[in-house]
Amino acid sequence: MMAPPFNLVVVGHVDHGKSTLIGRLLHEAGALPGGKVDELRQASERRGVPLEWSFVLDSLQAERDQAVTIDTTRFCLTIDSRDLVIIDAPGHREFLANMVSGAAGADAAVLVVDAAEGLQDQTRRHAYLLRLLGLEEVAAVVNKVDLVDFSETRFRALEGETRALLEGLGIRPRVVLPTSARHGDNVTRASPRLPWYEGPTLAQTLAGFAPAATAEAAPLRFPIQDVYRQDDQRILVGRIESGRIAVGDTLLFSPSNKLARVKSLEAWPGPRPESAGAGRSIGVILDRPLFVERGEVASHVEHAPLRANRFRASVFWLGAEALREGYDDRLRLGTREVPVTVERIERVIDTDTLATVELGRVERDQVAELLLRSPALLALDDHARLPRTGRFVLRGNGATLAGGFASLRDVADQRPALSDKDEHLTPVAHKVTRGARAARFAHKGGVLWLTGLSAAGKSTLAMAVEQHLFRKGYAVYVLDGDNIRSGLNADLGFSPEDRVENIRRVGEVAALFADAGFLCITAFISPYRADRARARAATPPGGFHEIYVSADLATCEARDPKGLYRKARAGEIRDFTGISAPYEPPETPSLVVDTVEAPLEACVEQILAYVEQHFARGRVEEERGGERA
Amino acid sequence: MDRLEALEAQSIFILREAVNRLNPLAMLWSVGKDSNALLWLARKAFFGRVPFPVILLDTGNEFREVYAFRDRLIDEWGLTYIDAPCPPIEETDPSLPPKARAAARKTLGLRRIIAERGFRGVILGIRRDEQAVRGKERVFSPRDAAGGWDFRHQPAEFWDQYNAEPPPGGHMRVHPLLAWAELDVWRYIKREGVPVVPLYFARDGKRFRSLGERDICFPVPSSASTIAEIIAELEATREAERAGRAMDHESEDAFERLRAQGYM
Repeated sequence: MMAPPFNLVVVGHVDHGKSTLIGRLLHEAGALPGGKVDELRQASERRGVPLEWSFVLDSLQAERDQAVTIDTTRFCLTIDSRDLVIIDAPGHREFLANMVSGAAGADAAVLVVDAAEGLQDQTRRHAYLLRLLGLEEVAAVVNKVDLVDFSETRFRALEGETRALLEGLGIRPRVVLPTSARHGDNVTRASPRLPWYEGPTLAQTLAGFAPAATAEAAPLRFPIQDVYRQDDQRILVGRIESGRIAVGDTLLFSPSNKLARVKSLEAWPGPRPESAGAGRSIGVILDRPLFVERGEVASHVEHAPLRANRFRASVFWLGAEALREGYDDRLRLGTREVPVTVERIERVIDTDTLATVELGRVERDQVAELLLRSPALLALDDHARLPRTGRFVLRGNGATLAGGFASLRDVADQRPALSDKDEHLTPVAHKVTRGARAARFAHKGGVLWLTGLSAAGKSTLAMAVEQHLFRKGYAVYVLDGDNIRSGLNADLGFSPEDRVENIRRVGEVAALFADAGFLCITAFISPYRADRARARAATPPGGFHEIYVSADLATCEARDPKGLYRKARAGEIRDFTGISAPYEPPETPSLVVDTVEAPLEACVEQILAYVEQHFARGRVEEERGGERA
Repeated sequence: MDRLEALEAQSIFILREAVNRLNPLAMLWSVGKDSNALLWLARKAFFGRVPFPVILLDTGNEFREVYAFRDRLIDEWGLTYIDAPCPPIEETDPSLPPKARAAARKTLGLRRIIAERGFRGVILGIRRDEQAVRGKERVFSPRDAAGGWDFRHQPAEFWDQYNAEPPPGGHMRVHPLLAWAELDVWRYIKREGVPVVPLYFARDGKRFRSLGERDICFPVPSSASTIAEIIAELEATREAERAGRAMDHESEDAFERLRAQGYM
């Protein structure tokens, strides 16, 4: 069995010979495909330069013409039957984001220093980033020793400086070694021109790096990536970032603070595993229909992440514009994305000089310690303890602007005692059964969830259907904006968070009506599938019927009974569904009612027929035998 | 986890991100070994069902065996299939070398189908080790409205926090196999029993190592007639995978120019 890929990044100042070193190494290790050397020779001749090994990695024309690495690339290499992935990272300051993109995925690093030029600003900056990224397996190479006549004195001086730099950052380099990549000295073969050097070659150094530690022994962290519905079951999918998960485990979901047990681990084409460890992408079915969504993190109850919305972090800033206090944007932690504000800039470090600077702002390429606050609760880990779930990125304008490392120093856990909620959750069984209620009312309880654009006709239909059903003897009630917003949800506004909460409560109330044996009709735009899925999950199985009240935007806008579309177009209402916010139509609605093509009465008839078919007495009698007592 | 398990888990994670973040989404399916392995990974990620349509960029010039194999898999795997006819060579950039122009038909076919269907994400089975320019790619890679790749200004991408916000009018290319090597794909195909087009197996001392259109893709000498023999052959060879792809070798920058204009 081959080990997972071991990723090794080569960093250092621009022009210190990183790409050349890798190109040479690949060549000597026999990792270049046939014909590649001839191709390089031709490309070099065309530019009037001696054979340029860096062209192996610098494949872009702009890189070859300007002799500079612009973007990161990777190459596979086998040394002593060990498989390595070598990541080339650009050394030019302008391409620091590309350097980080390469280095952030590495298990080990090689820092390259030019023997003639010595340590430069990017040498220091890259070394600092290695420390921030938590790379412990590091070697340093003093390259181009041919330019200093293979001088031991010069090498020893630079070795001292390099060690001082790295050790000052808390990194103990495995070795500092001399090479001349262009001429192949000490790359894979010891060099007669370096008789005073007795340490390992570059190839030996790379093969000697300790393998990447597995995160399986650490506490379980399973961030939910998505939820799939399959055969009436909800499969929670995601990748285990650390620890192990097994069938029968009790999972604690954060930040929602809900508990459930693992019923099964799904797999296609099978067989279903009994357990899975860090790194696996898995699917989990829980023992009860819990509503959890993307962004929640499952852990075991003991060793849970902290639940907090205010914390400190070290952040490296890649944004072109300076970061200031009060900066407001998005934070992504695992699969969760939330708004975030920079409450305080506590310290700024200039990575050129590694000095602390007093600025009150963070310029591009600087590192800072920040106090961050989000309106939403997060499931947080300390980066020093759980690196994979203790790191995050800051986003703005659809781009990653910073990487950060959370510190839980002085952070209070806001998790309410679990016993408040979940341990006593086992409901006392009603003595009146669902079947008995259905028999009394002569129909089953359930939810008719009407969804559609504003002015599609949801409320009008709901009220008409309610009236008809009531006359027929149904226990029926409509929930709509008027009776919900004025009372139960009077505390909610129209922010995205409040809208989600509004629909969540409507779903819960509708579910209670259904459980009480009522037919509950809801009339809310409810534009998001996720919100409707949550309402479905709240309802007893089979009781939720999604009815899509379909009318195209142009028709709704022409109807505009409350003048809302006009205001939305004028920019007076923000995030208006259909105009400035999306509407996600149901993928598999129970019923589609088209209010453009058919008159109101026909639509009402259509829904009544549906109700007769799915809720009426005959159906109750038929199904009572199967109903749980 | 062994190497293949690690690669598989990462690719499944990427596929699930794409489905969560990009809609509408489709996958390019050349019917070659890489995109078949990718389809298999999608079936694993989504428990047997591929939740997006698959597109064949059809030059009308694919091998007969490719079309037959395509029809079989659409049926057996319940795929939603989109046939995207490629415009004739006359419509391609005349300043490209001739074989590259033949390849550029696919760029045009792709651009057209994306515009027609409004895809915000397209999944592709390219790998870093195939071609040095592809080595520079991101996993989620933005394309502008013209389908162009701005390789000079690629967005930062690390810790699996992918960019899933296409530029205005543009789309994201998603590359779940970027970290795989050619041998990984074959070992995975063997381990999982993924079906492949018979053209990969040697007949009369030759086989296709990389599969494209009939006129710009040539078989290489080989006696490998089983997957195990192909793996053994690749473990021993130093020949480049795309040596049989004429368009890569016409000029130093042919492939880069193709890609900048939106080629896969």
